Amino acid sequence: MAERRGTKKSRKNTDTTGGAGAEGADGGTARDGTTEPRPPARLAVRKTYKLYLGGAFPRSESGRSYPVASADGTHLANASLASRKDARDAVTAARKAFGGWSGRTAYNRGQILYRVAEVMEGRREQFAAQIADAQGLPRAQADRIVSAAVDRWVYYAGWTDKFAQVLGGANPVSGPFYNHSAPEPTGVVAVFAPQDAPLLGLTSVIAPVIATGNTAVVVTSERAPLAAIDLAEVLATSDLPGGVVNLLTGRAEEIGPHLASHADVNALDLAGAGGLAVEFERAAATTLTRVLRPGPGGGDGEEAWLDTDPGTSRMTPFLETKTVWHPVGV
Amino acid sequence: MIFEYAPAPESRSVVSLRETYDLFIDGEFTPARSGDHLTVLNPADETELARVAVAGEADVDRAVTAARRAHETVWSRMSGAERGKYLFRIARIIQERSRELAVLESMDNGKPVKETRDVDLPLVAAHFFYYAGWADKLAHAGFGPDPKPLGVAAQVIPWNFPLLMLAWKIAPALATGNTVVLKPAETTPLTALVFAQICQEADLPPGVVNILTGAGETGRALVGHPGTDKVAFTGSTEVGRQIARAVAGTDKRLTLELGGKGANIVYDDAALDQAVEGVVSGIFFNQGHVCCAGSRLLVQESVADEFLPRLKERIAKLRLGDPLDKNTDIGAINSAAQLERVRELTATADEENVERWSPACELPEHGYWFAPTVLTGVSQAHRVAREEIFGPVLSVLTFRTPEEAVAKANNTPYGLSAGVWTEKGSRMLWTAERLRAGVIWSNTFNKFDPTSPFGGYKESGYGREGGRHGLEAYLG
Amino acid sequence: MPVPHTAFEPEARTNHALRAYLHGLPGVDEVGARARAQDLSTRSIKTTAKANAIDLAISMVDLTTLEGADTPGKVRSLCAKAALPDPTDRTVPRVGAVCVYPDMVATAVGALQGTGIGVASVATAFPSGRAPMEVKLADTRRAVADGASEIDMVIDRGAFLSGDYRKVFDEIVAVKEACGDAHLKVILETGELVTYDNVRRASHLAIQAGGDFIKTSTGKVSPAATLPVTLVMLEAVRDHHAATGRHVGVKPAGGIRTTKDAIRNLVLVNETAGPDWLTPDLFRIGASSLLNDLLMQRTRLSTGTYPGPDYYTQD
Repeated sequence: MAERRGTKKSRKNTDTTGGAGAEGADGGTARDGTTEPRPPARLAVRKTYKLYLGGAFPRSESGRSYPVASADGTHLANASLASRKDARDAVTAARKAFGGWSGRTAYNRGQILYRVAEVMEGRREQFAAQIADAQGLPRAQADRIVSAAVDRWVYYAGWTDKFAQVLGGANPVSGPFYNHSAPEPTGVVAVFAPQDAPLLGLTSVIAPVIATGNTAVVVTSERAPLAAIDLAEVLATSDLPGGVVNLLTGRAEEIGPHLASHADVNALDLAGAGGLAVEFERAAATTLTRVLRPGPGGGDGEEAWLDTDPGTSRMTPFLETKTVWHPVGV
Repeated sequence: MIFEYAPAPESRSVVSLRETYDLFIDGEFTPARSGDHLTVLNPADETELARVAVAGEADVDRAVTAARRAHETVWSRMSGAERGKYLFRIARIIQERSRELAVLESMDNGKPVKETRDVDLPLVAAHFFYYAGWADKLAHAGFGPDPKPLGVAAQVIPWNFPLLMLAWKIAPALATGNTVVLKPAETTPLTALVFAQICQEADLPPGVVNILTGAGETGRALVGHPGTDKVAFTGSTEVGRQIARAVAGTDKRLTLELGGKGANIVYDDAALDQAVEGVVSGIFFNQGHVCCAGSRLLVQESVADEFLPRLKERIAKLRLGDPLDKNTDIGAINSAAQLERVRELTATADEENVERWSPACELPEHGYWFAPTVLTGVSQAHRVAREEIFGPVLSVLTFRTPEEAVAKANNTPYGLSAGVWTEKGSRMLWTAERLRAGVIWSNTFNKFDPTSPFGGYKESGYGREGGRHGLEAYLG
Repeated sequence: MPVPHTAFEPEARTNHALRAYLHGLPGVDEVGARARAQDLSTRSIKTTAKANAIDLAISMVDLTTLEGADTPGKVRSLCAKAALPDPTDRTVPRVGAVCVYPDMVATAVGALQGTGIGVASVATAFPSGRAPMEVKLADTRRAVADGASEIDMVIDRGAFLSGDYRKVFDEIVAVKEACGDAHLKVILETGELVTYDNVRRASHLAIQAGGDFIKTSTGKVSPAATLPVTLVMLEAVRDHHAATGRHVGVKPAGGIRTTKDAIRNLVLVNETAGPDWLTPDLFRIGASSLLNDLLMQRTRLSTGTYPGPDYYTQD
């Protein structure tokens, strides 16, 4: 995949070619190119796909971008090619957001995650078109994936105020002490999102991380990053505080090592790290960063994430159990 | 009138030591292939206690093979109820032989017999008793309707609580249907070898528990052996990192319980006398050889002038000496190497102009000893405030506001334990909520219980031992 | 006469001020206090240390009879035992004092003439303290007049528990005045105060009001002198000494029956208030049956054989 280095100016979208993406009806270009050229009735306004960092949408500090193509090879857009420094800034933003987000009430976190589902539901069309393009899915299947993604937010919205009860509890110690254990978020989680499941897979790895009060630095699917930025727009308009989720489009190979070895990253989700997973796990050992290894299988695309009840398995790896003792007396 | 306590030594006659100990593999004591031995010393007087075999790679392979066979042929096929009964049986034998084990532990480790008798051994038996009861109830533990054992667990334990750490490792592993190969610490292998005898006495099927003695090389071989499904380690953060690196890329599950630099926060409204006790037991329990020790005292400035004299007065009453004397509060440092490390780190305080205080305290001529030490005027930047000393050395810092206390307490790569002393409930909960540590002792310290999960945040490791949570590390 | 010990001069002695003072004392965590007492009770005191401890304990015993059925004969018998605890062994020290009801003071003083042993008298409508103030003061004056060198008064627990600290304080001051040269022991009746916070507050209240000793219990209420209660009271006198330089004594009473109990108390003294308090001037044990057990253990240590109770006088 080619890398483009350029100034803001040179990346201005002035051409009229390229895919329709999510912008809706295009003015006059057909994809197969059989129609005679004619002036468009209205020129579509395309989206510049940028990073999502600390609640804002900056370009990569490196000024780089890379072309993103649909499943059939059509150029869709240029995505920001995140750099090591973007990753560093993302960790800073995630750390800054952690205190506030983990300090929210579980109910409030649930409300916000549910809001994400609501906002996403309103943009179903956009997401369906986006992943139909990205994955080359028939529209009905794309719809199904979008539905599942929306429902996944609802699912985890419901978990926010339940996992502590399910995973924690009172411990009947032998002595005059009140003793209880409760799970707490581990902190900043670097998430390597599935490469072949750019929406449902992505949602399935982000939602459990933030439902439990962690903040996330997400390396999106390299090949299909556009749905992630669409999702960022949903997150940005759902009362999710800036910095809770930070999305980096680009190469796991390039930025991953810096995240894996970063001393202020508390955990790694290696779901989409593929062949890099072992290297990242090894790097994580230096600061005892928690690691969720990639699961078995893979390659099944979004379909692999359709299980409607993923349970606690993607939450517990990013939770710490805190046990508090206190004497009982008068 | 001076009330001098006469010597009150616990009798050694309950312990019968062999001259040499072999490895415990497949239910039998068997010599190491290498024929190598290491000498185990009593750290209180440097006398030789016994010689133990040093397991090499071939021995590790034998033990892992035995454990695998036991897992496949016996242990994973047995009903949970029957497995549990073995563990109950072991718990009972430990209770029956508790005095012998307490005295031996004290001789091997250097810790006061008061502690082995009143803390270590009761907890060891309780731990087996607790997990015994889980063996036939795993479907109710919250890990799915039919949780499965992982297989063979490689377990490496430290020297500070030799038998207790063995219990923390072996009891949950066996209850969940795993078999184990355990390596006790180089300097404290003896109670683990008696435990091997207890396994024989309990008629535990051969290969379910294998005990390999040795030093770092043995541990490396065990952790690196491809035939295990799980690695559990308690020890230093440095070795923990190496293990995490070694396990990366394998299918082995890993839990680590590593170092700490626990903060003990004393607010100005604390119950001062109990806070003094808690700070003392927080750092001087087991000579400070405790990963969750409260090695940093954070005392609120407004009460520091009242608190510190009380603390020093109390420390001056600690009785240091013969670990087998029932009145000894502070025993020996476990090894010459550890003593050197404590000395070296404490010496950095002198270089950094930190004020150092110890009570008048006569140290025995032989053995490894270090007087209880309080360092005042310590700031976060000092090495003694950052690095784990793992000895009877308390660093004292002050704070003015709760926010400052929490910030200082959390300003460390570790996150194992912390203490909070206040009579105000809401402040206690506020503080406990913000401390990034796995165990928060409020208005108490260094309390342990088999039902209570234990383990750290950040570089103090991952995974929990104890309680329902402790089962997770051994179930697939 | 002791020097003035209190910041609470009459005009400043309001319930408000006393409450601010007493509730400003550090709290006592019950579990922690119990754990500390339990830990100290595991001290192993053997051989020479035990022999010394037994003799020390004997010298600290306030040999007590406080029964409705007491008679002059019983008191005289007790006095004889106080002076010569073991007629077969003159190396046994004499006890600290004999403790009786006010109407028995004269009898006891007579019986103890020449022994150097003082007579302590409970007064102030012991054990309940429920009598008009003038009766309590008359009770005290009469006992002192009859020769009591120590007065064991009870505080008004009802007033204490209802927060009327001034009433408690004023009564102690008044009784102290009525004592003249006699030492005043202030009985807190900790079994009725219930919490260790209250024990600490009552201890400091009694100390501030001029008590020479603070005493746990009347012996008529259970629980009486438990180790944690004595621990908290020892902490109070230790802290008062650190602040003012003045030594106040402590007397656990009630429920201390065995040598082991007594030695545990001595360990508590040694490691809490410190060796300064290991004297009958500053530590007493209110007891009756304890003395025989101390004597039996003493014999056991010196002869190596177990003695039987029939060899020790019981009355």
